[in-house]
Amino acid sequence: MSDRAADAAGLGRPRAAAFMAPALLLITAFLVVPALWTLVLGATNYRLTGLAAANPQFVGTGNITEALSDPGFGWSLWLTLLFVLGSAIFGQSLAGLSLAWSLRSAPKVVKAVVETLVLMAWILPSSVVAFLWVAYLSRHGGTLNAILQTPGTDWLIQHPMASIIVFNIWRGTAFSMLLFSAALSAVPPSQMESARLVGAGTLAQLRDVVFPHIRGHVLTNTLLISLWTFNDFTPYLLTAGGPNHATEILPVFIYNRALYGGELGYGSAISFLMLIINLVIALFYVRLLRERR
Amino acid sequence: MSPQAFLRRVGFVLFLAVVTAFWALPMLWLVTAPFDAHPGLTVRWPEWTLDNFRRLSESPYAFSSLRNSVLLAGGAMILVTVFGALAAYALSRVHVPGRGAILYGMLLLSSIVTGTAAMVPIFQLMFTLGLIDDRTGVILVLTGGLLPAAIFVLKDFMDATPRSYEESARVFGASPTQVLRHVVLPIARPGLATIAVWALVNAWGDFLTAYILLRDPTKTPAGVVMYTFYSEGGQANLPLISAFSVLYALPVVVLYIFVSRRYGFRFHGGIKS
Repeated sequence: MSDRAADAAGLGRPRAAAFMAPALLLITAFLVVPALWTLVLGATNYRLTGLAAANPQFVGTGNITEALSDPGFGWSLWLTLLFVLGSAIFGQSLAGLSLAWSLRSAPKVVKAVVETLVLMAWILPSSVVAFLWVAYLSRHGGTLNAILQTPGTDWLIQHPMASIIVFNIWRGTAFSMLLFSAALSAVPPSQMESARLVGAGTLAQLRDVVFPHIRGHVLTNTLLISLWTFNDFTPYLLTAGGPNHATEILPVFIYNRALYGGELGYGSAISFLMLIINLVIALFYVRLLRERR
Repeated sequence: MSPQAFLRRVGFVLFLAVVTAFWALPMLWLVTAPFDAHPGLTVRWPEWTLDNFRRLSESPYAFSSLRNSVLLAGGAMILVTVFGALAAYALSRVHVPGRGAILYGMLLLSSIVTGTAAMVPIFQLMFTLGLIDDRTGVILVLTGGLLPAAIFVLKDFMDATPRSYEESARVFGASPTQVLRHVVLPIARPGLATIAVWALVNAWGDFLTAYILLRDPTKTPAGVVMYTFYSEGGQANLPLISAFSVLYALPVVVLYIFVSRRYGFRFHGGIKS
């Protein structure tokens, strides 16, 4: 097809460029430039206040080497790994798959109610759901303590990591649920029927009939929710990284060090490492999308 | 029913009950406390009253923050939809050189440069531009973050609309702008509505961008004010917090009901980034 034939509206290249300009300008200014800026800023000892604010010095890879030997950074990376593995890769995937699987055979009303609840947890503003959980888990008068008969337990202090992991499963399972219900509806019913006739149990059905069909979806889901969970700032609203750094996952670590503590150069270097990790996950994902097309 | 089938049935019902409880219990407070004359942290049957909503006016920042949220989310929604639609239309209809690379790059960018990974350089950039404590700055940052995904989805919508309408409109002498306004816009309306709702919900729920870029409490949106209500020291003012959180959450719930009635809340790629 020639260019003219494709250009049905007679837009022409100059006008097409004008149409794209505002979007590209904003994307360049607020995505491309910041990404590159982490490199520049990360190579200085820039601080928000004090001597280094007026006259930042070039420190090269000093911030990166400082981060790699900083026990605070290592600890934060470990917590992030726990958070992503526990709440996304295991928690949300398994919860989403079991919800999608069991809701297929649930009565219509039950399905609608459960789906709405799970979706609400996903779309409500983050500071509202964060306070709902602060109230729910609170030491005095929290609903969870009333149900479990464990008065006086301060979940966010005594079990901080477990709390934010469970919170994030509650918050984010909707995506996996939606994706897996779309995937499951594409599994041929005849194959499931014959598996059931030969007496395959639920687990055997899932493993031998369903999994081969949804393998691509499992991979897509894992990559996307890992990326989002890795970049999630909401735990800050529950614990602000505390108590005593116990929930200081990477996004919170960057905030506390760079914007609260004022070490912008060091924070940029960590941001750069974070961008690299994001890039690796995203490259896997884009490659996956291209293979499927 | 065989004993085995019975057990399976019991397990199934039990699973659904546990799941429902797990998701419903934390949310119950949002339904009961705002209407309770003496709201506590525990969920209980309320002594019905609307007095808590009246008390919102006692807080200097409650209503102004909601107004700020309307401003920020509305601004971001309009910019994302308009700029996104224009760019997607151009990318869909004209063979711009390097189109594949632009789209590929945008898909990568939108997933890599997230608000959290880029908060330091964005803060630094806005500081340099003198846009700290400026609501326009927040709108621009939010728009920049949402645009790539919006363009990606909108281009699919535009690709799916038939070109023949545009061609025949041109045969009858319509100018490209007329074609855009009277032919393309009406056809692309469902796609535009989807993106507008998606951008609105995302910007409405934003916390981090406004939190790092705005200092003046009269300019901060509801998401940040909500956080300061409960994180600042002292006894939490539960009548205020409960009434405020329901007002802040309501637009999202209404939009959800609207979207699921109208289009069915089914899977739309990454409706939420």
